[in-house]
Amino acid sequence: MGIEISSLIGSEQNKKVAKNLTKFNNFLDSNFAKTLKLRKAAENVVYFSAYAGVKVAEKSSKVFSSSASGKQDPARLDSRKASDLFNLNYTEEQTMVKEAVQQFALKVRETAEKQDEKFAVSETIEKEFNELGLVYYQVPESMGGMMKEKSTVTQMMMLETLAHGDLGQALALFTPHSVLNAIVQWGSEAQQKELIPPFLTPTPPKASIALNEPTPLFSPYELSTTAEKSGNGYILNGIKNMVPLAATAEYFLVVATTKDKGPQVFIVDRNSQGLTITADRAMGLNAAQLGQLKLSSVSVDASAVLGGGDGFNYDDYLNYCKLGWCSLAVGCCQAVLDYVIPYANDRIAFGEPISHRQAVAFLIADIKIELDSMRVLTQRAVAKAEQGLTFAKETYLAHIMCSDKSMFIGSTGVQLLGGHGYIRDFPVQRWYRDLRAVSIAVNGVHI
Amino acid sequence: MNLEVPNKYKGLLKSAYTASEGILRPISRKYDVGEHTYPRELDLLAAGLNGMNDASGGAVGGATSKKEEVKKGEVKNGGNMANCLNIQAICYGDVGLLLSFPRQGLGNSAIGAVANPEQLGRFGKLWASMAITEPNVGSDSAAITTSARKDGDYYILNGEKIFVTAGERSDVVVVWATLDKGLGRAAIKSFVVERSNPGMKLERVEKKLGIRASDTAAFVLSDCRVHKSNLLGNPEIDVKKGFAGVMETFDNTRPFVASMALGCTQAALERTRELLKDKLSLTNYKTPINKVKAAEAEFYRMEAEYEAARLLVLRAAWLADNRIPNSMEASICKAKAGRIGTAITLKCVELCSSLGYSYQELLEKWGRDSKILDIFEGTQQIQQLIIGRRLLGKSSSELK
Amino acid sequence: MNLEIPSKYNSTLEMAKTVSTNVLRPISRKYDVGEHEYPKELDELAQALEMFRGASTGKAKTAPNPGEVRNGSNMQFVLFTQTLCYGDTGLVLTFPGRGLGNAAIDAVASPEQLEKFGKLWASMAITEPNSGSDSASISTTAKKDGDDYILNGEKIFVTSGERCNAVVVWATLDKGVGRAAIKSFVVEKGTPGMEVIRVEKKLGIRASDTAAIVFTNCRVPAANLLGDSEINVKKGFGGVMETFDNTRPIVGAMALGCAQAALEKTKELLKNYTKANDFKTPFYNLQSAEAEMIKMEAEYEAARLLVLRAAWMADNKIPNSMEASICKAKAGRIGTLITLKCVDLCSSLGYSYQELLEKWSRDAKILDIFEGTQQIQQLIIARRLLNKTSQELK
Repeated sequence: MGIEISSLIGSEQNKKVAKNLTKFNNFLDSNFAKTLKLRKAAENVVYFSAYAGVKVAEKSSKVFSSSASGKQDPARLDSRKASDLFNLNYTEEQTMVKEAVQQFALKVRETAEKQDEKFAVSETIEKEFNELGLVYYQVPESMGGMMKEKSTVTQMMMLETLAHGDLGQALALFTPHSVLNAIVQWGSEAQQKELIPPFLTPTPPKASIALNEPTPLFSPYELSTTAEKSGNGYILNGIKNMVPLAATAEYFLVVATTKDKGPQVFIVDRNSQGLTITADRAMGLNAAQLGQLKLSSVSVDASAVLGGGDGFNYDDYLNYCKLGWCSLAVGCCQAVLDYVIPYANDRIAFGEPISHRQAVAFLIADIKIELDSMRVLTQRAVAKAEQGLTFAKETYLAHIMCSDKSMFIGSTGVQLLGGHGYIRDFPVQRWYRDLRAVSIAVNGVHI
Repeated sequence: MNLEVPNKYKGLLKSAYTASEGILRPISRKYDVGEHTYPRELDLLAAGLNGMNDASGGAVGGATSKKEEVKKGEVKNGGNMANCLNIQAICYGDVGLLLSFPRQGLGNSAIGAVANPEQLGRFGKLWASMAITEPNVGSDSAAITTSARKDGDYYILNGEKIFVTAGERSDVVVVWATLDKGLGRAAIKSFVVERSNPGMKLERVEKKLGIRASDTAAFVLSDCRVHKSNLLGNPEIDVKKGFAGVMETFDNTRPFVASMALGCTQAALERTRELLKDKLSLTNYKTPINKVKAAEAEFYRMEAEYEAARLLVLRAAWLADNRIPNSMEASICKAKAGRIGTAITLKCVELCSSLGYSYQELLEKWGRDSKILDIFEGTQQIQQLIIGRRLLGKSSSELK
Repeated sequence: MNLEIPSKYNSTLEMAKTVSTNVLRPISRKYDVGEHEYPKELDELAQALEMFRGASTGKAKTAPNPGEVRNGSNMQFVLFTQTLCYGDTGLVLTFPGRGLGNAAIDAVASPEQLEKFGKLWASMAITEPNSGSDSASISTTAKKDGDDYILNGEKIFVTSGERCNAVVVWATLDKGVGRAAIKSFVVEKGTPGMEVIRVEKKLGIRASDTAAIVFTNCRVPAANLLGDSEINVKKGFGGVMETFDNTRPIVGAMALGCAQAALEKTKELLKNYTKANDFKTPFYNLQSAEAEMIKMEAEYEAARLLVLRAAWMADNKIPNSMEASICKAKAGRIGTLITLKCVDLCSSLGYSYQELLEKWSRDAKILDIFEGTQQIQQLIIARRLLNKTSQELK
């Protein structure tokens, strides 16, 4: 049963939105934020917040109020059958999808420097991305998609290809798709029925995943964000930062730890009372508009627990997030390599291309060796996941490799361009900033 | 043998660190975000600095110190060491802001090194930036194409210069130009060009990865008329001599740039130590490194690298103070400090997780600031070349 | 996409593992200490090594059908090699019956030559005192004299040079012409004019004999010149160089075997002092030694999959020159790093002869040097990526 929109555009709802706006303005006016540029970017953010407020209230109320009764039968994707053949090829279909995404990624690249300065993805890019129809590769047939079996390898490929265009925009564009993946993989029947269909419309919702907390040496197994049982639901307390699309997401998948069931994922509407969303500008990933969520006694219904506390595997959940980041890392590092090669060949110093110098050439060779190392480990883990085989160790190793080598590659990219590498007209400085996130972030992506 | 920092610098350093923490750090983020805003707070600080400068006989700031005599058997801890320590202390505050200190430009060092007394009188108190790099000429600075053609009592300068630190804010720009490209480096001279000169136009100020508080300018010189009295040093082309005078500037600045990296690194290590103190013991220094927590081991390793760089910088400075040729050691300390500066500041971001990545801390900024220190004033790879050539006894045509 | 090892290799690999564990490991230290003693235990293995001989390396003769993906003899061979080197790399290098020379013969010999020489244990002699990485600059000469060639020169670093039955020697017909004039000759042991003058004492792989051989007016029948005797300046010496394209993944596999042995042993020795990785605790929250271990494992796994990739490409007739270099560069460097770090982690026990750890770190180092050093691999990779000739990028 839907809830009438008219009943939402009442004073209560507006009060909530206004409250958030006030908090946001206070933040902007603080010493920390009081600069021309930050305010300008934030004004966009606030606008989107107000805009999104109305839409999201409608949907999330449905989720929260839905009383799940009877047998739950969520639509899951089957594991792909293991082939017993070592094979590095994509299927023909995957290759076609890759080519389509590659074409799109070129446009993403063209606008990357601009979007990095603007802290947003352009509407044109968003629209074109939606038109690619990648959601159909994520959603089960029974729910309106194309899939019977898991498409984890395809997801990896999509992320890698998008990140080759631009990591920040890839994160921004794919975060809602990651939420979709999570709902398909872990959601209850009711959650799936409520939350999947909007993704199959021409204007899919924005949603995000919030896991990281602003703690040094953060461990996703030592969460400070808590969910205390209270009546028919939970009370959430804690802080999440580095959250993509914080300004525009209609709802967030917030990971909090419960006493009885360990870490669980909670679907939290952006207008929830007690939830304060602020900008969290960071080293990079600017186009993804990172933000911070502060949860002060945010009350959620039991129906907001992803999967209803049933069949949810936090370890696997995390591993899918990490593999998403590995995929982004591989794509972005490939971009670095593809960029420095023609640069080194064109740049003349001391009478010849700098690529004639071993010091330069060997750095490029080393980028390639380590990029391929990242790639094969990621591919193996993802292929295993798709086949329903255990993939915890493989993910862990892939993540170590990607964490370590991607920063080496990002730093070497700047180094190879010398002084020009430091100027924001060139992309290597942006890759330097974005790639530092790989070892840190678990937010946003889930393949 | 003794490798401790002499007590006589303690007072100076205390002031410098106080200024860093009290004045620079609070405005660090402000000018990182407000990239092209003029940091007016520095005008006050500069006044104080210049006072200190005069008091300590020219030991403070980026200007090279005068070469003092060293008696036989005497060991000197002099101006070079003081400069290195001081620069590190200020960069512990903010590298970009150091580079924006009024009247402490690289051009001032060049003027100090090569100007005649008359020029020193005219330019000595001005803020001078240095313009060497061109769009197609970076590491191979001897290949610059900006030309200087004699026309009566003037030279006509034509060309394009980029990456001029403090170019926008400075009063004058020391421009490298060639009197005759066919004669190679011997024909390269430096000219003091007033910012007000109509023939030199500021094209843009760059948007950068880091050190955003520092203005990095690009100029175009179109038939820029410069009086011959603005040519620094000797106008003769001495093919045998090369351009030793101005290159010497670089020999001296390598340890100073290395000190900048040390400052940045020290800031990151200290902040990380502070943020991790509830989770880790970082003062153990007893338990074998393979038995402590991984983050702890990583921290100790970073500390070891930082210490090595720090002492290598002091070594280069000590050699200079004692008039011992230090070209290779200068390159060594810049190469080391440059590389560990980047590695450590980036690793500190990682250890502090999403807090480290966020603007809520300055860690990510130091991760961005540090990178340029391994690039400008001689990239890592150029330092390696210099060191390699020295060790192997090779010329630049043999070892490329 | 699937990166698991096909089950069809299981029985071969089990057999190889048994050989490693039951035959090679028990005599590992014996022939490390007894550096120039002949490992007679290996003769008994010669039977099992028929499999070795049968497994040909090199590009598949035919391409797979469209849509078909092959896991063939290249993949089998690298897996097999790694498993045996997990036992002892030096002993693998001295398996009687087959040497690098045999690979050259397989690649370039005519049917008659294959008939005549195919059953010999053939080593390969390329390197000279003044000619290592730049193998095209060798100065051992071969002067035509009637139906024979006269060979003169000095070769060093000939693996199995002492124990083999025949030596495949690279010599130049005309030094002025460059690499196109370099040919390989099969010289059987006992031929007058060929003398093994010394066997080296080495850092590692001491079970393997590394010989220096001098050729003094050594008369060799023209029929022993492998392949085409014409000097085709355009062709270069593609045929024999191809051998190297194929051996790079195999050398990579040797490094993997070494690294795997060290990792496994270290895990065992440390198991009471460290926790097994739960693959959940973030890297920096682990104990230091645990973090080192898992990091090494990640590097090892990357090298392992890169070697398989190179072999997979060869099986599927996909040009793999760059990938072959990548996997050798990666495996070579991590082989050394891992084996050395394992010694470190096991402290004075790791340093002592009481364990084989220190030996593996001595064995591993050569694998980043021979058959194309790390730096040569980097050059090859860089030239490919940057599309540069050897004149342009040196």
